[in-house]
Amino acid sequence: MKTLMTILCASLAGSAAFADNHCAAGKTLTDGVLTIATGNPAYYPWVMDDAPESKQGFEAAVAYAVANEMGFADDAVTWVRTSFDEAIQPGAKNFDFNLQQYSITPEREETVDFSLPYYSSAMAVLTTQSVAEKVGEPTIEVLKGLLWGAGASHTGATMVGQVIAPDQDVLLYNDNTDVTAALQANQIDAALFDLPTALYLSAVVVENGALLGQFPAERSENPDQFGMLMADGSALKPCVDEAIQALTDSGKLAEIEAEWLQGATGVPVIQ
Amino acid sequence: MTKADENPAMPGRRAQYEAALRRRSLWVAGVSTSLVFLAILVLVPLAPGWEAVKKSFFNWGVFSKTFPGLLDAFLLDIAIFSWCAPLIALLGLFVAICRDIQKPALYPLRLFATVYTDVFRGLPVILVIYLVGFGIPGLGLPRPWNSPYIWGSLALILVYAAYVAEVIRSGIGSIHKSQSSAALSLGLSNADTMRYVILPQALRNVLPANMNLVVALQKDVALLSFVGPVEIFRQAGVYKSLYASFTPYVGAAIIFLAITIPMTRFADHLMNKRRKQEQ
Amino acid sequence: MLSLKNIQKAFGDHHVLRGIDLEVAKGEMVCLIGASGSGKSTLLRAVNLLDPVDDGEIWFDGVDIAEPGLDPQPIRQRIGLVFQSFNLFPHMSAAENVMLAPRRVKGLSRTAQRGRVEELFDRFGLGHRIDHYPDQLSGGQQQRVAIIRALAMQPDILLFDEITSALDPELVAEVLDVLRSLREEGMTMILATHEMGFARELADKVCFLEGGRILEEGTPAQIFDAPREERTRQFLSQVL
Ligand SMILES: Nc1ncnc2c1ncn2[C@@H]1O[C@H](COP(=O)(O)OP(=O)(O)OP(=O)(O)O)[C@@H](O)[C@H]1O
Ligand SMILES: [Mg+2]
Repeated sequence: MKTLMTILCASLAGSAAFADNHCAAGKTLTDGVLTIATGNPAYYPWVMDDAPESKQGFEAAVAYAVANEMGFADDAVTWVRTSFDEAIQPGAKNFDFNLQQYSITPEREETVDFSLPYYSSAMAVLTTQSVAEKVGEPTIEVLKGLLWGAGASHTGATMVGQVIAPDQDVLLYNDNTDVTAALQANQIDAALFDLPTALYLSAVVVENGALLGQFPAERSENPDQFGMLMADGSALKPCVDEAIQALTDSGKLAEIEAEWLQGATGVPVIQ
Repeated sequence: MTKADENPAMPGRRAQYEAALRRRSLWVAGVSTSLVFLAILVLVPLAPGWEAVKKSFFNWGVFSKTFPGLLDAFLLDIAIFSWCAPLIALLGLFVAICRDIQKPALYPLRLFATVYTDVFRGLPVILVIYLVGFGIPGLGLPRPWNSPYIWGSLALILVYAAYVAEVIRSGIGSIHKSQSSAALSLGLSNADTMRYVILPQALRNVLPANMNLVVALQKDVALLSFVGPVEIFRQAGVYKSLYASFTPYVGAAIIFLAITIPMTRFADHLMNKRRKQEQ
Repeated sequence: MLSLKNIQKAFGDHHVLRGIDLEVAKGEMVCLIGASGSGKSTLLRAVNLLDPVDDGEIWFDGVDIAEPGLDPQPIRQRIGLVFQSFNLFPHMSAAENVMLAPRRVKGLSRTAQRGRVEELFDRFGLGHRIDHYPDQLSGGQQQRVAIIRALAMQPDILLFDEITSALDPELVAEVLDVLRSLREEGMTMILATHEMGFARELADKVCFLEGGRILEEGTPAQIFDAPREERTRQFLSQVL
């Protein structure tokens, strides 16, 4: 009985602090609270130190900016963790939106909803210095001859086949750690990642890591764009889209990007 | 003089009774089975989440787009299976024989075989695949000797051979001592006694048990995907992430079942045949 | 040809053979009789070197084959043993059962053996069963195949361990006929048997075993008609 009262009071207090005429009113999982999901663990530079509450890291910062834009104060945001599979499984979701570098694709749109993109990622080729020296100038022709790897649930897995179409079968792995292990064991020559991840892995994780080059977002036909994932037919989608649009227009999104994501200017563009 | 003797075309009382009994049990089984199926067909779609589940797991559009690719990837499973299975049989046989070696000079082999079966039967397959599949190539082997196909397969072979060795050993133990007495009394060597008298019988006795391992192996081949090879399970995972749908997993399950159910039936058939022979 | 001296054998604390002395001359047929557990099978297995003896000597053709460390394989090739329970190899046809040892040990190919093996089968009335599997044969037929199997190695001496006691009464005769014919041929044989009539008819020597010793030995007439020992008399009165 006592707990029921507490919950009642809390939700009353929540909705009181929340303008009734606001877009998200009554559309979130818990009234007055925005529940955001990210990966487990969440990786650098998307979330720093696996602690999204700190607002440090690109996706953490974007999440709070969107929440504020939607009318949620910082302390009205709670975080949950999901795997990719949990995010797409049928049934009630335990989050309002979920951001962990989900690429927006028309196929995925069939079963889940995506917000407007909050980031357009270049794809970059992660390799080791010894391979980079051997390859020299990275043309598609040369890249075809390499042994390729990628994370199985990343867009890179399908992009390798489409963009490079290598001669030998691509090897796919469960997560980034396994991809880098294979790279280090010389089982693969190169792997395709979104640019920020590739930069991080080459600088910090892979010993003698190097970037062979990048496929810039604006150049590819269907660029890899990250969106926030929501349940199919989510009522919240217009509100999230509205907020992202506002942040894009005001240049706030670009600012966050500049703050957290390294410039890609040093990485050669693959023709 | 019984009735059946007078008129051979007329079934006897017992035959009539048994026929009636058979008709009755057939009828009962048919009705109860239909009832169960009907209940599933009617009740499951009534569940509130059915529409969502149907869309995610039984999505015809996704199914038809991904099924050919899954079939294609399954060829890799079959390839891995077909080079692992004979090697497993050989290694398993070798280890089984080593475990029963009596010669003191060969004691290290026996010790090795014992430790080997203990270790590899005690580890989860996936762990061995990770450790062998990433660990050994990590030592700096040159290509193509660091291929995940080689080391992943080796991991499967190591684990399964340990099980096969135990099964074969139990088969050897099941052959009565009088068989080896008979062979030895004729002047056959220990090796020939094993090879021509004990092993053929032992292997035949444990064929059903080994068939079950074959079925299990066919499924566990999918674990190789953890170290890179894009076989059916991994391909289904890629499609899952591409279409944000679990339907490709259902497709993969169907393909697996198409192979493993006949294999399981066959193993059962062998098992029943053995049992009949022993009676 | 065969001479046992003070054979001792124990299984753990159980002293089964307690000093057996026995002489078998070439072409002789010796019958071992005695109660169950008296050590008949153990003695035969010891001579075939299946169970090595603990002490004593077994002189065979001028060699002490009880010598510890001796390779038993070449000896066994010359001393055949036929078992109470036939012990045919169930996964091989009758012919394969017979040809295995000559093939592996003497290097005789199947074709080289076939003619001789067919003769043996014919001789023992099994010509039409040569390619049958053991489970398609009656007990008496199986035991005859087992005898042919031992014969095919052309041993110098054959040991028979109660080869008729697992058979239905009506099948005993056909197996005893085989022994009779071997006897006529001059084969050296030692039989552990409960077939007293047969022993009396054909044996050169009968030994009564009791508690791991040969309590009494002699011609059939001596043992069956005028046993010296009270135990022998008792035993015979029970089985005859
Ligand atoms: N491998 C063995 N281990 C332990 N004890 C044994 C073994 N073989 C035989 N014995 C024991 O040795 C004794 C003699 O056995 P054996 O088989 O030689 O008797 P037997 O005279 O052939 O009897 P039966 O007429 O019943 O065949 C028995 O008490 C038996 O229990
Ligand atoms: Mg006996």
